[in-house]
Amino acid sequence: MKSGKKKKKTKNNNGNRRRRIKVNYMARVEGEGGLDIRIRNDRVTDVKLRIFEPPRFFEAFLRDRMFTEAPDITARICGICPIAYQMSSVHAMENALGLSIGGPIRELRRLIYCGEWIESHVLHVAMLHAPDFLGYQDAIAMAKDHPDIVKNALQLKKIGNDLVTLLGGREIHPINVRVGGFYRVPAKSEFKEIREKLNWALETAVGMVRWTGTLPFPDFEQDYVFVSLRHPQEYPFCEGRLVSNNGLDIAIDEFPQHFEESHVEHSTSLHCLKKDSGNYFVGPQARYSLNFDRLTPLAQEEALKAGLAKTCRNPFQSIIVRCVETLWAVQEAIRIIDNYEMPDSPAVELEPRAATGHGCSEAPRGILYHRYRINDQGLIEDAEIIPPTSQNQATIENDLREMIPKFIHLEDEKLKWQCEQAVRNYDPCISCSCHFLRLNLDRDGAVVSLP
Amino acid sequence: MKEMVSKKILLIGIGNSLRGDDSAGREIARKISARRFEGITVTEESGETAGLLEAWRGWDSVILLDAVCSGAKPGTIFQIDLAKDSIPRDWTNYSTHSMGLAESIEIARALGELPEKVFFVGLEGINFEIGEALSSQVCQAVDNAVDRVLEIAATLQNSPLVSQVLERN
Repeated sequence: MKSGKKKKKTKNNNGNRRRRIKVNYMARVEGEGGLDIRIRNDRVTDVKLRIFEPPRFFEAFLRDRMFTEAPDITARICGICPIAYQMSSVHAMENALGLSIGGPIRELRRLIYCGEWIESHVLHVAMLHAPDFLGYQDAIAMAKDHPDIVKNALQLKKIGNDLVTLLGGREIHPINVRVGGFYRVPAKSEFKEIREKLNWALETAVGMVRWTGTLPFPDFEQDYVFVSLRHPQEYPFCEGRLVSNNGLDIAIDEFPQHFEESHVEHSTSLHCLKKDSGNYFVGPQARYSLNFDRLTPLAQEEALKAGLAKTCRNPFQSIIVRCVETLWAVQEAIRIIDNYEMPDSPAVELEPRAATGHGCSEAPRGILYHRYRINDQGLIEDAEIIPPTSQNQATIENDLREMIPKFIHLEDEKLKWQCEQAVRNYDPCISCSCHFLRLNLDRDGAVVSLP
Repeated sequence: MKEMVSKKILLIGIGNSLRGDDSAGREIARKISARRFEGITVTEESGETAGLLEAWRGWDSVILLDAVCSGAKPGTIFQIDLAKDSIPRDWTNYSTHSMGLAESIEIARALGELPEKVFFVGLEGINFEIGEALSSQVCQAVDNAVDRVLEIAATLQNSPLVSQVLERN
């Protein structure tokens, strides 16, 4: 927690017990936001995930830019998942232009996405989320008692960074991805060093799945509506159909007919809801639960041995799921590198035409939908971007509403901790969604502000 | 030809070259690199923890150069002996989702992976907006920061001055 504590009791006017705990900024999430929880007579009466980071207007300043610029512009939305923005945008543009990329270029796109999943998941698991389970304030405190976990995690994350650097040109905001492919593709020999590191990464990733399986998990399961991509053969990255566990099975370009964004007063980030059933859940847990059969046999075996069912309904176990996906991504990276043959050309050249294109890819935090309308000159006339965190906001609020009664007996400080951990289950990226979180807990009039 | 054999020092310039004064550390590193000093190796890093740990692994003497955003007068030069003190957490943090240099140092300390002798030289910036240009205040302070780094390097080499590499034509 970054800020000082402010605890205030408000007078009780009607005889009811009122408490309010306020955490103004939550640490270990990306972006600026807060959380207001109001409790009356041990009943949660209000939960608001407040996002007050200013809107960033990316969709507006994409207008009148060339269709080829979208991957580099949208990658700037997030320093953690720029590949997701690049992948969703290039697939949307190629969809508009009637092109489907296959062969080695498609494989390299999957490989760079493996790098992003590894670095993002490992960072969240070891540095941001694990301290919650082990009772540490942060990863620095945890590192003193669990040096091997932190050292291995940093090394594994570095391998993810290295994959992104090798294919993306640089580690942060990579610049080598383009509509139609890449600006440059590596020769097979360039993978030699990282391929050797991936053997260690595989062993370490298995160890992380096993370790997270030993963490203490609150008894909390929800009947979620999971939404993710599903591909006929593969664990999904950029292609497939959008499916849910409540009957959804649509093509990516049907997204606007089934989902809608709305503005809520307490958030500068739009809430996205499924039109027929309201809030839904995207991200590793949804992907895993809808695509368990698409994981490798080793990833499946280790997931079950770590205590996961084939469908995971406990959001706190998302830490295991992220490790399973990391293990899968390491195996996928090895498969791609071992089979790689350098293509004759790094990209397919594309001529613009007036059209609308839709793209959706599985960012580390869940589906990231892009839609663009371009004119016959290739200029973007309209753009829409729906990131995972805006899709999960209502589910995060609902989790807190359902979870708090189970922990109502806890003192304010511990309840606040539990709430923060519940939010971090989602690895929210508020910078993406509107582009820190502050918790105000009002429990029967006693207000605690714990920024 | 090298004038003398000196104790080796690693300088790491840190920052984002596309965010104005954030590249101050890299700029100091580049100026020193261009002058080719005896026993000084210069490299650049984004500041990401794993990258830093890998960069300084095996080095006993390291000087880290980065921009600072502490609210001090732009161009102010800070010097911290990291074997004794820490960088204030809010000086170099740029994201809640990744770790700033201060956190990286403390993680390395907790893991026992901090070099034996490690100094931080920071230069207070004012403009961290998108673009490559340094602010005039930081530009004017870079040469003084270079001198400060060379003073620390000389101390680490137990020499009154660090020597430039002499080249024969």
